Amino acid sequence: MKRVDLKESEYIVKPATIIKAKPMTALEKFFEIELDSGASLDHEPGQFVMVSIPGAGDAPISVSSSPTKRSSFDLVVRNAGKLTGVMHRLNAGDKIDIRGPFGRGFPIRILEGNDLLFVAGGLGIVPLRSLINFVIDNRRDFGRVNILLGCKTPSDMLFGDEVEQWGQRLDVNFNCTVDKSDPDWKGNVGLITSLIPGVNLDAEKTFGVVVGPPVMYKFVIKELLNKDIPARQILVSLERHMKCGVGKCGHCQIGNYYCCQDGPVFTYEEIKDNIEAL
Amino acid sequence: MKQFKILEKKDFPQFIKRLSKKHKVVAPVSRGNKSYAFTQVDSSDQIAMKYIPTILPPKKYFMPQRETLAQYNKSKKTFQTVLEFEELVIFGVHTCDLAGIQCLNIVFSDTPKDINYIARKNRILIIGLECNDYCDEYASCKVMDSHHPNGGYDLFFTELKESFIVHVNTLEGEGIIELTGLFKEATSNHLKEREGVIAAKKKIFKDEVDVHYKDLKPMFDKSAGSKVWEDLEKRCLSCGNCTNVCPTCYCFDIIDEINLDLDTGYRIRQWDSCQNEDFAKVAGGESFREERGQRQRHRYMRKFSYPVERYARHFCTGCGRCSRTCMAKINLKETINALAKENR
Repeated sequence: MKRVDLKESEYIVKPATIIKAKPMTALEKFFEIELDSGASLDHEPGQFVMVSIPGAGDAPISVSSSPTKRSSFDLVVRNAGKLTGVMHRLNAGDKIDIRGPFGRGFPIRILEGNDLLFVAGGLGIVPLRSLINFVIDNRRDFGRVNILLGCKTPSDMLFGDEVEQWGQRLDVNFNCTVDKSDPDWKGNVGLITSLIPGVNLDAEKTFGVVVGPPVMYKFVIKELLNKDIPARQILVSLERHMKCGVGKCGHCQIGNYYCCQDGPVFTYEEIKDNIEAL
Repeated sequence: MKQFKILEKKDFPQFIKRLSKKHKVVAPVSRGNKSYAFTQVDSSDQIAMKYIPTILPPKKYFMPQRETLAQYNKSKKTFQTVLEFEELVIFGVHTCDLAGIQCLNIVFSDTPKDINYIARKNRILIIGLECNDYCDEYASCKVMDSHHPNGGYDLFFTELKESFIVHVNTLEGEGIIELTGLFKEATSNHLKEREGVIAAKKKIFKDEVDVHYKDLKPMFDKSAGSKVWEDLEKRCLSCGNCTNVCPTCYCFDIIDEINLDLDTGYRIRQWDSCQNEDFAKVAGGESFREERGQRQRHRYMRKFSYPVERYARHFCTGCGRCSRTCMAKINLKETINALAKENR
């Protein structure tokens, strides 16, 4: 067997540097990252990257920042496996490698000019933040914006400062809820589905953008359909464990779709008859 | 006519000798117990000219079980992508396996292209060998239309009484004809004899299952809630043998290995199996095909439905390997017939 260097490969990595790192919760850590080439990641909201650390492997991580922020990008990493465990020990100044961005993000050109209802549950806020911040940075291009946020307990809430700002803005309707309260919590308690009936929306021109754990999708989508939002205007982002990112390895397959190439963003119309999607 | 050449059987030993002097040649070799494996040869005595599908398909040369994608050095901060390859002639590839290689070619050539696969494939010459009769009762190559060649080779051998008639399909194949210097032009008698073989095959090869080729996908598409998967759920041991031996299964895992110096190492890819329990597991803990029945259904859908939509091609070649190797005796022909029965 001969071995030669390969200049062209889907597995080439881009060296990058962590410029900011801070723990967010017991399990999640925030990273701001710059590519060493100085180039922008140039992603679309909703896309993901493969984070690579030689010796630890690579793993798919959603990009959490809006592409309107050009010079760096944000990742939020849950300590869940080998690569993410190593990542949690890294801090500002440390090096990682990046492949991507990969996948089909949110269809921003289609969303423009329409009303948006964001529904984020748990870690769903991480990928959805890339679109929410994109919309806020280009606020004029969109209609009414509603953001509904849900998490297990107040201490699980990610991006608390930013979320507070969303709550204060006049151009955004914001509401949030926790499954389980604590003594300091003054907001809603209950499942995120309980917030949907109260939203005043024009179903014909509203896109529902839903990101959360699998169990949340079924119930939230049902509520959105009850509000007469058409299936093609309901967008979801599905979690799968991509190993290659380029539509080959088979790990992220959802029926006939490769989540890494055909997704992770799908319309409900595209997946409603897919037996493996939700 | 000039695309057909003749190699007398008496010259076959010389053919393998001359070919293996210049190239690394692999061919089916008996391993006992009705088992065969593609193995390096330098003499025709080693080759099993009549063989049932090898334990592993020729996939192992195109997509090795283990392959280095990159090598890294942490202290020097280098990460170099690499290609591993071997110049090779594969002799004696049956038409089912030609079809299998064609399926892999499609997947890895589809964008984003897999350069490692393509570069390796381009260094392998393929000499096909016609099956004039069934290998055994597990084969279902007729219904999958892979009992005869649909391209995919450089040279293709069909056995006649005294000779092999050889179809030259590529310039590289012509190169082998010239290199070995043993081939004659085919005469009209040879061509007539070949037609006789093909006509005889039409009488031998009949649809092996109760479903027609074009009805397979619609049948599988309706099968989501079928009792057949419940039956497989009870029998399957999740060992992954069926996917390992399948000529069109290409799922893989990518892992990093580090040397004892804790500084240098390799990023490798190795075969993986959708039959493994954690194959579709995600960080949040959900596994999207937790049940064995779901995983078996997925395997079948990846042969008879999904690739038909994506590539207009079935990813089953009817080679029968999955059925031959299954410890729980899960049989592809029986599964198809059971689904067909449910549908009636």
